[in-house]
Amino acid sequence: MESKSRQLPSDSTASTKKQTALLAGRSRMVRLAGIGVVILAVIGAFLYLGGWFSPHKLTPVRFVDEFERVNGRYSGFRRNHAKGVCVRGFFDSNGRGTRLSKAVVFRIGRVPVIGRFSLGGGDPHASDELSAVRGLGLQFSLSDGEQWRTAMINLPAFPFKDPQAFYDNVVASEPDRNTHQPDPAKMAAFLANNPETVRALEIIKSHAPSSGFDNSTFYGLNAFRFVDAQGTWTPVRWTLVPVQPYEAVGATGASQDKNFLFDALIASILQHPLQWHLILTLGQLGDPTNDATVPWPEGREQVDVGSLTLDSVESEETSPARDINFDPLVLPAGISPSDDPLLSARSAIYSQSFTRRAGETKEPSAITPSDVRK
Amino acid sequence: MTTDRQQFTGSMRFLHWLMAATVLTMLGIGVAMVTSLGEYHRLVSIHRPLGILILILVVIRFVNRLFSTLPPFPATMSPRERSAAHWSEILLYALLFVEPLVGWGMLSAARYPIVLFGSLHLFPILPHSVMLYAALRRAHTLLAYLLFLAFIAHFGAILFHTLIVRDRMFSRMAPWRVRAL
Repeated sequence: MESKSRQLPSDSTASTKKQTALLAGRSRMVRLAGIGVVILAVIGAFLYLGGWFSPHKLTPVRFVDEFERVNGRYSGFRRNHAKGVCVRGFFDSNGRGTRLSKAVVFRIGRVPVIGRFSLGGGDPHASDELSAVRGLGLQFSLSDGEQWRTAMINLPAFPFKDPQAFYDNVVASEPDRNTHQPDPAKMAAFLANNPETVRALEIIKSHAPSSGFDNSTFYGLNAFRFVDAQGTWTPVRWTLVPVQPYEAVGATGASQDKNFLFDALIASILQHPLQWHLILTLGQLGDPTNDATVPWPEGREQVDVGSLTLDSVESEETSPARDINFDPLVLPAGISPSDDPLLSARSAIYSQSFTRRAGETKEPSAITPSDVRK
Repeated sequence: MTTDRQQFTGSMRFLHWLMAATVLTMLGIGVAMVTSLGEYHRLVSIHRPLGILILILVVIRFVNRLFSTLPPFPATMSPRERSAAHWSEILLYALLFVEPLVGWGMLSAARYPIVLFGSLHLFPILPHSVMLYAALRRAHTLLAYLLFLAFIAHFGAILFHTLIVRDRMFSRMAPWRVRAL
């Protein structure tokens, strides 16, 4: 107990002396309890913001935990699109994009690009399959030091409208311990709950995949806002359309080789540089920007803003692209996110996956440095 | 007895409350954004420039403190309390300086663009290393919790002195001017 007679040096009146005296007994207990309540409330608010009181909320940690539980955990690899090979090249802008966006990347000129082709799935050593989702992550390094990153896939529509649907699908597609196949009942229940996925799958089925990475079209899927110098914005979705002619699967005969898709890509890029046109599709009033499962109607204005050339290929083990998080919200001034809920969720989940693998020992990639030599 | 000697100077009090608001906002944003999917991007976009603002403010505040005359400790503080107050002040200054630097450093090590707003972005301050990023990312969380605990201790001590010891401790740093203590 502190001395009751302690005073401030400035005390001069009897009333101040009274005030500064330590409280005793009941009044002191009430005040102590009050302080306790205030401190606990502040701590409680902090924990509440941190999600401690909502254990069932879908968080980036829970999402990536589920990916690891279902797909397995492979040290140092991406939690999805784990198998890949890295590329370099450049983007030649023709200047036509400047009327839609003030982004430096659309001014006439060349911008270096580094990227990574990948196949969907968490196993970095899985055998290549024609039906697997093909991914292309790109990083454009702009002359003013800005960056534009995008992660695209070869599906014309995304099967999930929001992170919850994606998560529920991961849960439903968990292979059964005995059959090693997803439980059809669980998948049927998922589809019944997510009619937009059924509609998106119809669209996806109507676009047969091409024979390889080099002649695949890659879709940005989510809508973005292209902001011009005046601050006016236009809803935009972008697509990379290959210059390499489309070839249907089967024309060349699908190989049984484990890495046949990647090997073909490497052979193709070593033969001649690969090219794609970057096509912007402009949305109109009423076109959904918050639902990647719904493509925009046919006939929307399209603008070819330049060509992407990829002229060298590297194993993940030697390329800096392995350590790039192709976060779709690393955007230059002039491109902004739309109201699509997937965008922020992708950014959060990619970041969680990146943080985990960044600190892990890096295991050798399926496509080794010797695979990418002539 | 002049009021100046009993209260911290006007600039010190202004910087204290400005930083109290920014740092508490920052702790809330930080702990919320790592568990958020839908609001993640919005929160991160505030977190980065706000962190740099705090880094600038803490440097200004430190320099301002060096050139300011401090009021003496109240007579109600025991030598042990004075020592604790002294060291916790050093700890808070250190955390407020180091935490934003670790944030800037970890983004640098991962080679994320460190966008403040529009096309304005900061240069990297560390070499490219994802292992370094991972270590700093963990440190960033740890230091944030430590900062929160240091804040709770500071807040609790002020409440105790002001409400139980009743030595008007709060008035020393009150945002308004207190004539006589």
